Amino acid sequence: MLEVKNLNVAIGERQILNDLSLSVAPGEIAAIMGPNGSGKSTLAYVIAGKQEYEVLSGEVLLNGENVLELSPDERAAKGLFLAFQYPVEIPGVATMTFLKTALNAQRKQRGEEELTIPEFMKRVKKAGEMLDIKPDMLKRALNVGFSGGEKKRMDIMQMALLEPSFAILDETDSGLDIDAVRIVAQGVNALRSPGRGFLIITHYPRLLDHIVPDTVHVMAGGRIVRSGGKELADELEKTGYREYAGESEELV
Amino acid sequence: MAAVQETIERVKALDVSEYKYGFFTDIEADKAPKGLNEKIVRFISAKKNEPEWLTGWRLEAYRRWVTMREPNWARVSYPPIDYQELYYYSAPKTALGPKSLDEVDPELLKTYEKLGIPLNEQAILAGVEGAGSDGRIAVDAVFDSVSVFTTFKAELAKAGVIFCPISEAVQTHPELVRKYLGSVVPPTDNFFATLNSAVFTDGSFVYVPPGVRCPMELSTYFRINERNTGQFERTLIIADKGAYVSYLEGCTAPRRDENQLHAAVVELIALDDAEIKYSTVQNWYPGDSEGKGGVFNFVTKRGDCRGANSKISWTQVETGSAITWKYPSCILRGDNSRGEFYSIAISNGYQQVDSGTKMIHLGKNTTSRVISKGIAAGNSQNTYRGQISSHRKATGARNFTNCDSLLIGNDCGAHTVPYIESRNPSTQFEHEATTSKISEDQLFYCMQRGLSAEEATALIVNGFVRDVLQQLPMEFAVEAQKLIAVSLEGSVG
Repeated sequence: MLEVKNLNVAIGERQILNDLSLSVAPGEIAAIMGPNGSGKSTLAYVIAGKQEYEVLSGEVLLNGENVLELSPDERAAKGLFLAFQYPVEIPGVATMTFLKTALNAQRKQRGEEELTIPEFMKRVKKAGEMLDIKPDMLKRALNVGFSGGEKKRMDIMQMALLEPSFAILDETDSGLDIDAVRIVAQGVNALRSPGRGFLIITHYPRLLDHIVPDTVHVMAGGRIVRSGGKELADELEKTGYREYAGESEELV
Repeated sequence: MAAVQETIERVKALDVSEYKYGFFTDIEADKAPKGLNEKIVRFISAKKNEPEWLTGWRLEAYRRWVTMREPNWARVSYPPIDYQELYYYSAPKTALGPKSLDEVDPELLKTYEKLGIPLNEQAILAGVEGAGSDGRIAVDAVFDSVSVFTTFKAELAKAGVIFCPISEAVQTHPELVRKYLGSVVPPTDNFFATLNSAVFTDGSFVYVPPGVRCPMELSTYFRINERNTGQFERTLIIADKGAYVSYLEGCTAPRRDENQLHAAVVELIALDDAEIKYSTVQNWYPGDSEGKGGVFNFVTKRGDCRGANSKISWTQVETGSAITWKYPSCILRGDNSRGEFYSIAISNGYQQVDSGTKMIHLGKNTTSRVISKGIAAGNSQNTYRGQISSHRKATGARNFTNCDSLLIGNDCGAHTVPYIESRNPSTQFEHEATTSKISEDQLFYCMQRGLSAEEATALIVNGFVRDVLQQLPMEFAVEAQKLIAVSLEGSVG
């Protein structure tokens, strides 16, 4: 479960998040929509612990614990996952090596044993099949020379493998064609469970036709300006963000 | 950018003086008086019962050396070295011909144990009893200046391979030593090589007879121990026609307050169809967190592809020393010969590295390949300096050079200085170079997936150097990977 309470965040002199509060219950899929520059990605980065942002005040609670003082890897070990809008390339590091290193690093932090090779391979195979990732791709350097769709699928595969208790998807659908969106959505839907919460950040309502959210929040000017159910996304599809645009520019 | 700032802070806080292998072994040394003159050169030669020709060879080098000046073209700076303040000969007293391990100074064995060198009775027994020669490494351990123990000698002898201290080879195979010594790096070659020729104390000698594939990887560990002792190893490796040998060299040294001079010479000779693979993992004391102390490593390494279709391959992982001045090179004399240079050079703290290679194409259809990966962190300076040249008669010469630099933090420097000289119109030389920084985005991505900052850095760096790591023999690859992680400890926040 994720609770964000009265969060104020700045980068340099510029305030980006403005007294933002948000709560996502276990098992809930919440969507955040909003115009460009409304602070959606900033929210994702701050929750995951990227350092260049300054948290002025407020709290981020993951399963009841304030995580703002923790490093990104400690937050990850506590079950937080962020699927990146632009997954980075790591030349020379085989994808398989990366997966194994990440999984074992988290297990180590949690005081668990490393996985045996056969057990690890079994999990990789399962996650790979779900996201249409061929074994050949796992031998290549992580994200190097991957297409946009492959990168996004790889991120979701990592999510499947790491089994987080809370996952944030930052514009995972951007730059994807409709088939790729479908594969990604299938992966996410397969991971839906009563204990696992999701925060889906998206600019376009179409992703929410494939991953049906329980709640939809509209973000503008660094705060949540409207909340509702799936019908709010459908409305935005018709009207666009025009009515929120002013609010955005004012602050950003 | 707060993250970048923190990176810098961490690098500043890095304490290089937490050098893992910094300890000192208390063994009495049998040393010549301080300083260098003809008497000392004669003393060293006499100590080793050398034949007259070698004494003369040394003296000639010495007389040449006093007329020479230290080179100053490298991108390194250090206070002047007073060569009269150094000792040029020191040997552990107990090293005069131990017949078994019982006779080896226990202090010495303890030192090796700390370093994890498998030079104990059990290891030798296990090695002897093990079936086949797979996975065994013969160790010719050099402690200060004298080889104190040689293993697996019998098995090598069976194959006809000579692997012994060079001082022993002078006695037992004078014709080979006389024929090849100084034939690749002549005594007049450069300031440090000339000094080495005058005062070299010991090192390894390898001769692989025609058509023989050396049955095991040959390995040697060097240590510097005695205060103010210059180390002047001399290594000579000859692969006769159609022979193959792979040689591994690994080094660590105890911590020191004063700078230690190291000026080794390594000569490799590959005759027709022969192949020599020479791998180094170098981890000498780099100096403390203020840059004080540390080894000065001024080394001349050169291979001569003397025969047709011969091949010489250098692989190095350089993480230690305050100053590294080192250019393992290949003279591609034989037609169709091939030279390779694979290098990982990591500098941290106040280390200065000026390293690279020379590929000198003389024969027809000679090829060479250079892959260099430099990683600079802390306040270090890391320079690649390489020369690729083709003689006017060297038709069909080809070279490919790839030279990548990675920077960690904002106070270090990476430099690339390639010299490319083609005198034959059919020459094809290619040069690629990149310089990059570990990005905060890469670090954050890895950390979001659960890796600590240090794990993330080690992973990214290991990815960066992968092409070179793959060239190392299995025994060294794992060690090298660990060494890379240890060398970068504390370099990222």
